[in-house]
Amino acid sequence: MTNFTGKTLSWEWKGGVCELGLHREPCNEIGSEMLEEFERFAAALERAFEEGCAVIIYSQLKPGFSAGADLRELYSRSRDVPVAERVAGVREFLERIHKVLNTLDASPLTTIAAVHGVTFGGGLELALACDLIIADKMARFCFPELRLGLIPGFGGIPRLKRDLGNAVVRDLLLTGRSINATKAASVGLVSQLVAEGQALNVARATAAQIKKFDRKTSATTKQSVKPMPYADVRQEIGLFCELLARPAVDEGLRKFVESADVLPYLP
Amino acid sequence: MPTLEQTTEEILTLAAAHFKVPREQLSPDDDFFKKLKIDSLQALELLTRLEHHFSVELPDYELQGVSDFRTLAERIQARL
Repeated sequence: MTNFTGKTLSWEWKGGVCELGLHREPCNEIGSEMLEEFERFAAALERAFEEGCAVIIYSQLKPGFSAGADLRELYSRSRDVPVAERVAGVREFLERIHKVLNTLDASPLTTIAAVHGVTFGGGLELALACDLIIADKMARFCFPELRLGLIPGFGGIPRLKRDLGNAVVRDLLLTGRSINATKAASVGLVSQLVAEGQALNVARATAAQIKKFDRKTSATTKQSVKPMPYADVRQEIGLFCELLARPAVDEGLRKFVESADVLPYLP
Repeated sequence: MPTLEQTTEEILTLAAAHFKVPREQLSPDDDFFKKLKIDSLQALELLTRLEHHFSVELPDYELQGVSDFRTLAERIQARL
């Protein structure tokens, strides 16, 4: 159980609890560099069951947990590239991020997302792969992908469907609106709503409680109550790539990246 | 139910306190992005604070094109 300090994220094991801190400016946009470091983390997680009991994922940056996929990287890599080649590149990225999130989702360790501020798109999908979401009252949640002519691509729809009622799922996806942490707690997305700046502290206290239980019993319980939506997650990759091939997506990405609008994050 | 003027005043007071701008420098027709010097992420933070303060849900698409305190107050007023 070795620690790691990377360019976009770092982790540290303390008494069987792993704290994974995200720190890619400006708001933990998930691009290829962060993906590589997440893959290292997933590999470490698979080796950790013997000694580990819980994982806490949090952001070390003020604006929030994560603003989602790195759309600027996606745009810069897509420009002037034939559609088939672009789709192939994105599919490969999605296959890799899905592997990471499936590992996190199914890990025998208990996983906690301690979130604050912006928790959008891929950032929300990362949180949804965790067992518990502990949210600072200033956290905001959103799936803004439809604004770009896309759907969430990191397994967000299947995990949202698994965890929440269909009316809320439709509201979040079809309007692209963001909701605050109080609303998120009321619909069951957030398990603990805490004061500003307290999400990580409360997550640590929760991990300390989890640590008291027998690991095998906790892992067995998790298996029973957290079905893995593998088939739906795979289907989502295909649907995402179909949508990505359309010219409307180019236009949506261009508008977002080149926007001088003060509210580019707003759907 | 508070009047539009009262709601506007509460927004101005909250924004001044949170973004550390003297209250007397803010008026209802000011562009809050310029006056508070806030970016998109801080605008979301302001939205969240307003939702908590007024106990309302304010979908962010309703804020598209809204940049002055008075119109913001109207949007909130419609949900009180």
